[in-house]
This record gives sequence, C-alpha cells and structure tokens, in this order.
Amino acid sequence: MIRQRAAIMGALLALMIATPAFALELSLPREKVTLVAPPFVHPHEQATTEGPKIIEFRLVAEEKDIVIDDKGTKVQAMTFDGSIPGPLMVVHEGDYVELTLVNPASNVMPHNIDFHAATGALGGGGMTLVSPGEQVVVRWKATRTGVFIYHCAPGGSMTPWHVVLGMSGAVMVLPRSGLDDGNGHPLHYDRIYYIGENDFYVPRDASGKYKTYESVGDAFDDTVAAMRTLTPTHVVFNGRVGALTGKNAMTAKVGETVLFVHSQANRDSRPHLIGGHGDYVWETGKFSNPPEKNLETWFIRGGSAGAALYTFRQPGIYVYLTHNLIEAVELGATAHVKVDGKWDDDLMTQVSGPAPIPPDAGGVPDLTTGTAPKD
Amino acid sequence: MLFALKIKTLLTAVVVAGPVAVSAVTLGGRTHSPAAGVTVPETVEVAPGAFRHRAAGDYTRDGAPAAAPVTEVRFVHPLHIMRDQVSAGDYQRCVAAGVCAPADGDRRDLPAVQLSWRDASAYASWLSRATGVHFRLPTDEEWAYAAGERFNDDAAAYPTDPGQRALARYERETARNDALAQDPQPIGAFGANANGLLDVAGNVWEWTDSCFRRGVLDATGRPYGSATMNCGVRVVEGRHRTYVTDFIRDARAGGCAAGTPPTHLGFRLVREDDMPAVAARVFDRIRTLVGRLV
Repeated sequence: MIRQRAAIMGALLALMIATPAFALELSLPREKVTLVAPPFVHPHEQATTEGPKIIEFRLVAEEKDIVIDDKGTKVQAMTFDGSIPGPLMVVHEGDYVELTLVNPASNVMPHNIDFHAATGALGGGGMTLVSPGEQVVVRWKATRTGVFIYHCAPGGSMTPWHVVLGMSGAVMVLPRSGLDDGNGHPLHYDRIYYIGENDFYVPRDASGKYKTYESVGDAFDDTVAAMRTLTPTHVVFNGRVGALTGKNAMTAKVGETVLFVHSQANRDSRPHLIGGHGDYVWETGKFSNPPEKNLETWFIRGGSAGAALYTFRQPGIYVYLTHNLIEAVELGATAHVKVDGKWDDDLMTQVSGPAPIPPDAGGVPDLTTGTAPKD
Repeated sequence: MLFALKIKTLLTAVVVAGPVAVSAVTLGGRTHSPAAGVTVPETVEVAPGAFRHRAAGDYTRDGAPAAAPVTEVRFVHPLHIMRDQVSAGDYQRCVAAGVCAPADGDRRDLPAVQLSWRDASAYASWLSRATGVHFRLPTDEEWAYAAGERFNDDAAAYPTDPGQRALARYERETARNDALAQDPQPIGAFGANANGLLDVAGNVWEWTDSCFRRGVLDATGRPYGSATMNCGVRVVEGRHRTYVTDFIRDARAGGCAAGTPPTHLGFRLVREDDMPAVAARVFDRIRTLVGRLV
C-alpha cells in the first residue's frame, strides 16, 4: 500500500491509497486517436467488423481563464484539453480505452478522471489522481454501450467545484454493429455533434457585479457559496453563451441525419430542437435500450449523457436549446443549426401572410377610430 | 398590449408626409437660454435632398412575404441631427432631474446604452424642456438619410424559399456583427460618416421613432392599401435594421430566437427647428399617443 500525505484534501485519501494495477499485457491491436474540440468529434467508424482494440487517448488538464458571456464575465476554468466540455471519445463495445491523463506543471490543482462507462475504482478516479507536473495512464474495458459522462472528481467540495468550472466530457461506446432502432434496423448518422452543457456559478459583489479573483484558490469560498444556492448564473453549451451560434453555429443539409450527443455532468436539462424533432432518442443514452421515437423534448438527467438522431427535412435556422426557456434565453443554453437545402411546401407553407383581421371576423376593436367590436 | 396600438393609415400618405418638414417657421438653429446649465448638444446639418430608401417593416405580396419596397424620400428642409450618440453622462443628468429611469454608467465619453425607446423618449422630452430647443427621436427615414453610406440595406437579397431566406438573414447579421467589440466604445471610436455623424452603425444600435409596419405590395411591388402599425415595437437602426419592443433595454434578451441581436441599444436625437418647443412637445405627445408614423 502506498501511504499518502494527509494534506489539503483529506477526502482524497480513500482514492489515493489504491494499489496501482499492474498492467495486464494485452495482445490486441492498438490505435492512437487524436481528440478534437467539441462540438466536433474525432473520425470514427459507426459499425466495425474488426475485433476489439486498445484505443489510446491523451487528455491534458488545463486550468485557464475564460470568458463565458458577451458581457465579458471571466471565470477561472478547469478543463480537459482546454475545452468545455472535454472532447468526446468514441470506441466500440469490447474495446479498451487507454487514457494518458496529463497534469502540466503550469497547473496548480491536482486532477483525476471518473469515467461513468468504466467499472471499479470510482470510475478510474481512484487510479488517476495526478499533481501538477505528473501524468498517469489508465486502461478500462468498454463493457456496455452508450454515451457516458467523464469528469474530474478529486473529492469533497473539489468534485462539484472542478465539474462546474468545466471538467467534464463524454465517452461514446458504440455497439460493434453500430446503432439500431431496437428492432434490428440499423441507424446511421451523416454528422455528429457533441454538446456539453455547463452550469456556472459566478460570485457577485454587493452591487450585483460579477467578481474576479487573483487565483483559482481565492475564488473557492465565494464560488462554493454561490454553488450552494443551486441557482446558476449561467447555463451554457460548450463553455460560453453563444459558443454554438453565429459563425460557430452547427451546420447540416436537408436529408442529412445528425446525431446530437448531449451531456450534463451536474444538472438536469431538456434538449429541444425548435422546428425539428428527435427521430430516435436514447434519452438515458444507453444503446442497448431501444430508442424512443418522434420526441419533441427529451430529458438529460444531471450526471448523464443522451443521444438524439434526427434527419433534417427543411432548410433554415433551427434552435437547439434546453426547453427551460429561461435557462435557454436568459442564462445562455442556446445553440443554432444552419440547414441548407430546398424548402418543402408540403411540410409547411404560409397560406396567407400576416394581414389585418378582416372586419367580418369580429371581436377586434379598431383602436384608431375607437369603434366597438361587432357582435 | 397597452402600447401596441394598431393604426391604419395610408402608406402613400405616410411616405409623402412623413419625412417632409412642411412648416415654414424655423428658429434658425437658435439656442434658447438653457435651463439648469444644460447645453444644446452639437448637431450636424444634413442638406435637403432626396434618396431612395428601403422601407422599414414587413411586406407581403399575394399573401407571401416579400422584400420591402424602395421609395424615394425627399427632405425639403435641412435635417439637424446630433453628431454623437447621447452619452452616459448626459443621460445621467436626466436621471438626476428625476425624469429618466436610472441606468448604469455616467461617463461622458461613452454612449448611453441598455436604454429602451421609452427611456430615449423621456430623455428627448427632458432635453427639450431643459434647453428650450425641441429634440425628438429621428424617424427611420431621417436616420437612414443621415446615416448615408453607413445605412445597411437588409432586403437587397430576398430569397423566396423560406429556409434560404432565414439562412440569408442569419449569415448577413452574423457576418456584420460577429467581429464587433462587445463593450461600449468611446464616442468617436467608429469614426464619422460622410455627413459628419459619429459612430453610425458601430456597436450601439439606435432607436428611431418609427413604428413597426406591415404593408401589402401590389403586383408591381408598390405598396397599396393600408399598412398595419404596431407602435409597441419600434424600428431600431444600426449595423442591421431590427424591430424591438419599446420597453426592452437589452436586445440580447429581447426576443431573437434565431438571429443576431443588437449588441447595445442607445440613441441620438434630431433637433426640430420648425416649431416652438412647447408646441412641439404637445405635438410629440399627441404623436406618441396616436402612434403616428413620422
């Protein structure tokens, strides 16, 4: 057993005294994957005829100042690979995820990673705690399919603090034969987008202005106090208000099928696609359960990821948001999808444009002349 | 909705009567003895003339959405419009006088922002009273005339495909607005236009007094019949033209489900020399109440 010092994070002790697992030699092919920042996802096969592999990923914990809204509100964020959320990692059932977690010396905090898809040792959290200047390699077997959260979990108040400052992401474990509709009919996607939702709790001063701090440590007490109100100041997709709008809006074409993976490591959410639907939705995110069909809004439980498949049928601008509209509009959880193609009048047409109500429709007073409505 | 009076008026009458200052009585730009040390803000003079103007509002043709018509608008008198946007410091004087609603900021080198049409109107009425010179918000036509080369025509491309139309608008607004600074910039930071106005179409959009109008076009694309006016929504001009509910101070929360809203809402005023301030105030009041177009 390794004795660790009982220092700042006493709660970590339980995690840190775990025996290092001696790497079992696996004679499997290896594949090294370079991760990409969300909403994009690294290239991958949806179905595979090959046998299981060891898929190597590398994640770098990065503490950095970010701006989370158009008003310039600054947060001392903690991230995996510099993005919020961290990158989506895609493997197939039976593959092994071999992760190198790097904590550069430029950081000040210890970090680790808890994979909801992994089995044992607190999802890997118990084997991956690294101080600044260290790195660690952990390997786990992808035994069940679906989209799953990963997040930093250093223990105690550090865990929610690291998570709401940005340290979460997701893994997608695909069935080796790809997705299906639950009745054996294969489903596939032409594009995939990964949307990670994050709730921020930025402390305010007496006049209501957001506060900034010298260091991440200075911010800790006030931030935890703000977190304990359970009332986020910002609820955003991909790290900031407007991260997926304007020139960063997602794109698709009429006829294309898009898989939207949505994770929320800390809090419930209600994704909705204005003007579209969820054709097939794995609301709880696990592909061995049949997808629900034709949904209007789906529910992402805090601490889970879900996936929604949709084929676009009409061009234009779609709004992907959480359908708590206060959170979407006032707090930021809004994204846009620009869909190119040709309009289908059969699906929708404006029969007659906005125009004055005909006088014989009755019931509407003419405010210009003050005439009373007709009976 | 209290302010959403729907006024029917002949569009043709509007285009003719609207921007044309008909009174022969002018005060020649004289400055009346200012009250409480409030000085008359600097204005620039835009010479009389005519220009072709894309009408504000939404239009239909054969029941389908259509690009707004371009009409010739003529000004027979010079237009006197503030060189600068109203500053945060100037707005605070109106707040201190107990007339304007409180707002953040008090610097005289920064524009007053996060202000509604109601705030802007209250300020115009206070400034007129304090200076004895009649100030009011410009009409959309006046704003466009003064903006000159910085006016942005949003309807130049108008696809008939509803999806493509939405995309075209989104791309246009995104391209224009994405590179903008977020914080209000010092007055003058966006430079002067050919008429000498500062900061036109910078990152502060400006309220006009024009109401949201819905009109109908005939087969040749000319407006005919009556337009429906909604004076609870006013025309806002700047990097792009938009329509904002009169009590909204922050357009980013003001109802753009899928667009790029104005970064900030502010305003500048026109000086009206055609009638004495007292008469003008009564006139303004009536105009506001009936939701007149001018």
